[in-house]
Amino acid sequence: MSTSSLVNAPSLSQRARNIRRNALRMGEVQGQGYIAQALDISDVLAVAYFHAMRYRPEEPTWEDRDRFLLSNGHYAIALYAALIEAGIIPEVELETYGFDESRLPMSGMASYTPGMEMSGGSLGLGLSIAVGMGLGLKRKGSKSRVFTLFSDGELDEGSMWEAMMSAAHHKLDNLIAIIDVNNQQADGPSKQMMGFEPLVDKLEAFGWFVRRVDGNDLDAVVVAFDATISHPEPQPRIIIADTVMGKGVPFLEQREKNHFIRVEAHEWKLALAELDAGDRS
Amino acid sequence: MKSVTSATPGKPRLTTSAMIASIAAEGQKTKPAPFGHALVELARSRPEVVGLTADLGKYTDLHIFAKEFPDRYYQMGMAEQLLYGAASGMAAEGFLPFATTYAVFASRRAYDFIHQTIAEEDRNVKIVCALPGLTSGYGPSHQAAEDLALFRAMPNMTVIDPCDAHEIEQIVPVIAAHHGPVYMRLLRGQVPLVLDEYNYQFRLGKASLIRDGRDVLIISSGIMTMRALEAAKELAGDSVDVAVLHVPTIKPLDHEAILREARKPGRLVVVAENHTIIGGLGEAVAALLMRSDVHPVFRQIALPDEFLAAGALPTLHDRYGISTAEVARQIKGWLR
Repeated sequence: MSTSSLVNAPSLSQRARNIRRNALRMGEVQGQGYIAQALDISDVLAVAYFHAMRYRPEEPTWEDRDRFLLSNGHYAIALYAALIEAGIIPEVELETYGFDESRLPMSGMASYTPGMEMSGGSLGLGLSIAVGMGLGLKRKGSKSRVFTLFSDGELDEGSMWEAMMSAAHHKLDNLIAIIDVNNQQADGPSKQMMGFEPLVDKLEAFGWFVRRVDGNDLDAVVVAFDATISHPEPQPRIIIADTVMGKGVPFLEQREKNHFIRVEAHEWKLALAELDAGDRS
Repeated sequence: MKSVTSATPGKPRLTTSAMIASIAAEGQKTKPAPFGHALVELARSRPEVVGLTADLGKYTDLHIFAKEFPDRYYQMGMAEQLLYGAASGMAAEGFLPFATTYAVFASRRAYDFIHQTIAEEDRNVKIVCALPGLTSGYGPSHQAAEDLALFRAMPNMTVIDPCDAHEIEQIVPVIAAHHGPVYMRLLRGQVPLVLDEYNYQFRLGKASLIRDGRDVLIISSGIMTMRALEAAKELAGDSVDVAVLHVPTIKPLDHEAILREARKPGRLVVVAENHTIIGGLGEAVAALLMRSDVHPVFRQIALPDEFLAAGALPTLHDRYGISTAEVARQIKGWLR
């Protein structure tokens, strides 16, 4: 978190709501975006940026910051929403999302955006970079940690397992990975594309400290982050976050599951209204 | 079936398809592990230098560095995608990684990782790869005939094809001083020593006229400069006067020097490279000449667009036209 004050659950839920709101507003700007994923991961990003991570909004490259690597570059809309909420990107830039010359392209790239630490898009890259950063930080004697977010579909990529083995081999206790298990990839449900369960057993067998949580239960996500951060053993850590695509906007949660869900032009305002209504109830 | 026959029957020579074979000719002056020793020298004054490899430390001369700086040596296992992703991460943290493997694995297996995590992010990673072009008799799995074409096509990438031990020693500190990704072809083990006799100095992005001549201009890189110089001596015996322009930096290409030499009238221009005829130095020079309205008689010596055979290197270099004898023979044929 960017301040030293403790942040309680209600304020985290506000943060998560604001992240969802920012993402929906960007979706409305372009009339499209990976909005179902953004909504499912907002709670995790709220905990990462407003409970777990150390950073300075005014100095995105501050040496002692915790690094955040977005491996699933198509989740950029979600990370921009969090970076805006964190004050790293000015809110006004939200209107530029996806347009020519914007710092907020639809796929996340390090060369475009403050706070974006890698160029994703090609899936399965982030964990390898995270291994190198983890090694580099240790070499420097830095206390900073490397957080990296990837999606369950990325587990299909062989490079992920190279990096899984490597992180454990090098005892990277400064590496905290997060998998978004929303069970949806381009061609259909992830578990039907290439089965990856039992994930906890698999990752523990690979030498990782594993916590699996409902990724849309803020209290549970906080507990999982705390456990991975405070775990004393010299091993990499991972949070498996089971999430619901479209979370927070009931009609999008109900929509036929798709990697890239269709939202009609008039529905963005409805989605924002549902989000706000849900928050009041 | 690919059968290999020697172009010079009767002459005894190695006939095994070994993975690792020295490209040094018998009796040739050599230097051991020039890259490894140069990297150690560099690392003494540059604490940010680290070495990474994917289970090929011993075969890329990185073991010399590992022995001297064990805590700065990272064995990443036989995982080339991880190797280059992790090298990017180390560079992001301010280190200067030299990440080694075989040219085939960097160019073909890890291409997307180098493209996205190193080149696109302009990370300061030096990619140093053994067995470039046709320097292994093991077959296509280890013959990186297309590495230069692949890395030339990658934005932000500097591409270097050194000739010998003398040049490799000079390149290491130069690419360390250059910020940005570099792909360097590596000659390892007992590496021929050639350019020390020519008062040669490597300069990044610069071609170098190693010898002048009236009849033929050979534009070459890597070990083909060594072959070109040998062929030039042979051809001198036939009163053919050969100039050799060494172009170790394939990208960015030294347009000025190439055009200056190619514009000199009355010379056959031959580009010689240890690389497939597609997309390497030859086509780069041809395109430059065309774009610049320079039209000499132009020929290429390069590997054919096919999967190369397994066999002993001398046999293969004869067969595919990149041995000294074959370079001289082809040039004589073109001059007729």
